Amino acid sequence: MSARRSGADRVYDGALALCAACVPVLLAVVAWELARGGWPAFARFGAGFLTRDAWDPVRQSFAVAPALVGTLVTALLALALATPLALGVAVYSAELAPPRVRTALVLAVDLLAAVPGVVYGLWGLHVLVPALRAHVMPALRDDLGLGRTPFFAGPLYGPSILAAALVLAVMIVPFIAAVAREVLRAVPAAQREAAFALGATRWEAAVQVVVPYAASGIFGGVMLGLGRALGETIAVALVVGGAHGFSASLLAPGYTLAALVANEFGEASDDLHLSALMAAAAALFAVTLVVNAVARWLVGRVGREADA
Amino acid sequence: MSDPGDEVDELPAGGSSTRPAADPRPGVPGVPGASGGDAEGVRSAAGRPGGAGGSVVATEVAASASRLQRLAADRAGRRARRRQRRARRMTALTALAAAVTVLPLVSILLFLVVRGLAALGPTLAPTGSAVTPAAGTAAGFGGAVAGSLVLLAIACGLGLPVGLGAGLWLAERRGRRRAALVRYLADVLLGVPSIVFGIVAWQLLVRPVGHFSAWAGGVALAAMIVPLVARTADDVLAQVPTALTEAALALGYPRWRTALGVVLRAALPGVVTGALVAVARVAGETAPLLFTAFGNQFWSVHPGRPIAALPLRIYTSALSGSPAQRAQGYAGALVLVAGVAVFGLVARRATRDRLTPATRLGAGPLTRPPDERHGGVPLA
Amino acid sequence: MLRARSAPLLLLGAAGVLGCEGRPGRGPGGDSPPGDAATDDRSAPRIDVTGAGATFPYPVYSRWISEYLARTGVRINYQSIGSGGGIRQLVEGTVDFGATDVPMTARELRSGGGRGVLHVPMVLGAVAVTYHLPGLGAPLRLSPDVLADLFLGRIARWDDPRLTALNPGVRLPAADVLVVHRADGSGTTYILTDYLATVSADWAAGPGRGKDVRWPTGVGGQGNEGVAGTVKQTPGSIGYVETTYARQNRLPVAELRNRAGRFVPPTPESVTAAAAAVTATLPDSSDYRVSLVDAPGATSYPVASFTWLLLDRAPRDTVKARAVAEFARWALRDGAGAARELGYVPLPAPVAARVDARLAGYPAPPAAR
Repeated sequence: MSARRSGADRVYDGALALCAACVPVLLAVVAWELARGGWPAFARFGAGFLTRDAWDPVRQSFAVAPALVGTLVTALLALALATPLALGVAVYSAELAPPRVRTALVLAVDLLAAVPGVVYGLWGLHVLVPALRAHVMPALRDDLGLGRTPFFAGPLYGPSILAAALVLAVMIVPFIAAVAREVLRAVPAAQREAAFALGATRWEAAVQVVVPYAASGIFGGVMLGLGRALGETIAVALVVGGAHGFSASLLAPGYTLAALVANEFGEASDDLHLSALMAAAAALFAVTLVVNAVARWLVGRVGREADA
Repeated sequence: MSDPGDEVDELPAGGSSTRPAADPRPGVPGVPGASGGDAEGVRSAAGRPGGAGGSVVATEVAASASRLQRLAADRAGRRARRRQRRARRMTALTALAAAVTVLPLVSILLFLVVRGLAALGPTLAPTGSAVTPAAGTAAGFGGAVAGSLVLLAIACGLGLPVGLGAGLWLAERRGRRRAALVRYLADVLLGVPSIVFGIVAWQLLVRPVGHFSAWAGGVALAAMIVPLVARTADDVLAQVPTALTEAALALGYPRWRTALGVVLRAALPGVVTGALVAVARVAGETAPLLFTAFGNQFWSVHPGRPIAALPLRIYTSALSGSPAQRAQGYAGALVLVAGVAVFGLVARRATRDRLTPATRLGAGPLTRPPDERHGGVPLA
Repeated sequence: MLRARSAPLLLLGAAGVLGCEGRPGRGPGGDSPPGDAATDDRSAPRIDVTGAGATFPYPVYSRWISEYLARTGVRINYQSIGSGGGIRQLVEGTVDFGATDVPMTARELRSGGGRGVLHVPMVLGAVAVTYHLPGLGAPLRLSPDVLADLFLGRIARWDDPRLTALNPGVRLPAADVLVVHRADGSGTTYILTDYLATVSADWAAGPGRGKDVRWPTGVGGQGNEGVAGTVKQTPGSIGYVETTYARQNRLPVAELRNRAGRFVPPTPESVTAAAAAVTATLPDSSDYRVSLVDAPGATSYPVASFTWLLLDRAPRDTVKARAVAEFARWALRDGAGAARELGYVPLPAPVAARVDARLAGYPAPPAAR
């Protein structure tokens, strides 16, 4: 086809390559700035910055292990809660729902995506957390007896890792659902029709034909949700409870790296504190790198295409 | 309406009608032919790269199809009825998932309305040159709305084309290692907290210049849009069947025109959804704007100066000490949510009717199961 | 097909046009570039000033700013990004003035390029201890060591003997004490921890004083609203907020025992008394970078503080610096009424007079620095 490769095609290819190059460039710029800003803290505290529990601005001693764990726990818990829900919504609205319901559902999901993070945080603080403290947490800890395990023990403040995970889950459902719905709808009609021709029910056609066809796209949507869950700042900062220090309990207040940076960056005015915050952001960056790589590897094992 | 169990008795016994056209595009599973209990077979067939695909895939399909036919030929229709029941159960379950998802939305909207509706009037009032909201006085959010529009214009103007270009680039290269790397990097970018973009933009665009500006804020937001749009566009564009591309190329379209005029057009609703998701996300972001756009108590739409933004105002108002100002914060949040939702509706409507049935993917009148069509007779 | 994609371009174009149009209600023409106020060729050069800093004085500053605008046409854009943010932006030169509830440390002053920062006290603030104990009947009374031990987590129950000893005749419930503190860094935290570190050796050895400290126990709320909201929803909780916030939202506040042994609630009178008592002992040349906690005097409230405006001693733009100084002088002279209306406490008169004199000579010419 090279004879047909017109000048316009060359321009087009060049423009696209330029756009695509922006992604690694952006990432490199962010990584560089974080590394540069966080270097003094890393130099001072070494690897212990990531493994110790010691965040004390007054004593000028900084380490982020509890926040790191908190980030992972909230994000993964949120993803675990949100993904099935989002997939259910997507399959329902793309395949199974009557047309009127589908339009209403699309609108509802769009609205959920339109709600700003700060509003999720305020809603979480004023509606979800009191409801959790009054009903759900006592039920989990006392009625279900889960308080005997370390994961549900302790006093019930309200703002907690669990609250943050729930708010995150609500926030990322529209992300995953919107993308999953679109890729499901984009599956060519021929695929569905073939399934129907073979006598499949709607459900079977959806689950055994359409969803596998769109699997890589759905995975992309889940990655989107994971990204948001790892990086969300304000909403989490409002409901996670801002507590330094380890606690095994989901009902206890905790911290995430993003919330830590957001909470303290505005007020920090001495260089080491600032550097420690940049180092915390760099740690989050590293976490995102690792979690994304692991997710891809896991999915690759199940037999999807190589670059899903 | 006849019992679906009866209908399946009439399927032909052979497997020839189910052989699919082997899809030459690497890695794309174009495999119908599900059977009631053979999910495994279909999935593994779906996942296998299609390089030497045709024959391997066809064998699997034939096997699945014959399994399906054995099931379908069950005289008493018992298995068919069970499948129908399961289909209904699962439909109900996913409908429940949808309801559970919508519940927080209702709660959030109620929350905003209860707290902010009363203050909506003064909040929407455009302001004169001074906006300073002293405690207890009503001050309009007009400046914040205008500021947000400017910031979004900059962010979208920079971020949407770049993101779309990156998405197109990625979609054209499914299965190639460099593209896989870029895809991975885009996913990592998605996980960077928004405040980091603000900090980096401050270092690069505010500090050297000596003052805050809407440009800095817009660039920080654009940096958030790019990976989001790139990934969603990539996902949706990759679903467009190669038949369309090949047809266009065979008709003599140059590659750029094929990509923009055919493939993009076919996938437009999905791409628009991705863009809307991205715009909705950055429209509500506060953290990246704190040290870049900074905020402005006065009316200003000059991109080179500090500029107000709706999420900033919402954040400071809703957490302030004055109950009146807090109510205004919630009213502002209502305005933001409504604004983004309306923008989404308009954008979807503007891009909806471009598609003819032939190019529309997946959503045509032909895609209902036979038992649901009028009288059981398939339409043309 | 291109409609959806051209929309952002149209918006961008519209924004550009709007940007060139100038503002409604003001004169014609576009914006002059920042820093060029002196070279603006219109007959009455408009001055635009940017400031950033503490959240605590934001309401009173914004009221003063709007009144000053009506008077003089000087536009002051103040954003409350936090005391630390204000200090940083001032040091970086991206704002014309800062504002802080916490005086700059020696280390911070050094890292500011050695130029020196003038601290200008503007109003007084105080921190109130709030709690959720339904049916108490009278304000809770706390002594310094009990307060410190509550926040240290050493007093775990409300019916602890030390608390009942301080509050005879009041029914304290047999419930856990749940501490609520600020999750975000804040001047309010600094003021309270400054006080606790002053009165409790255990606190000084433990969390210490700072805008952000490592709280041994409890849950963090975001902003005054976050703390107050959590306290309101959690029976048996205790937290701290600014007094203006407590007053505006009618929160129960505790009476603290001051150095003279009296239990004092946070009122404008008690706060003024604290400031007066401390500043009476200062020399005339004091730069007022002082803490007002644990003030002497029978009627002083023990957890009070100045809030300062920060001015660069060697400003790049002297016209703007002068404008800020004039604004501050006006506020100190004529702004007391507005401050009181909003629940803030104006400076004691002698302090205001001395500060005014200092501002008159600002910015000092280069040779005098």
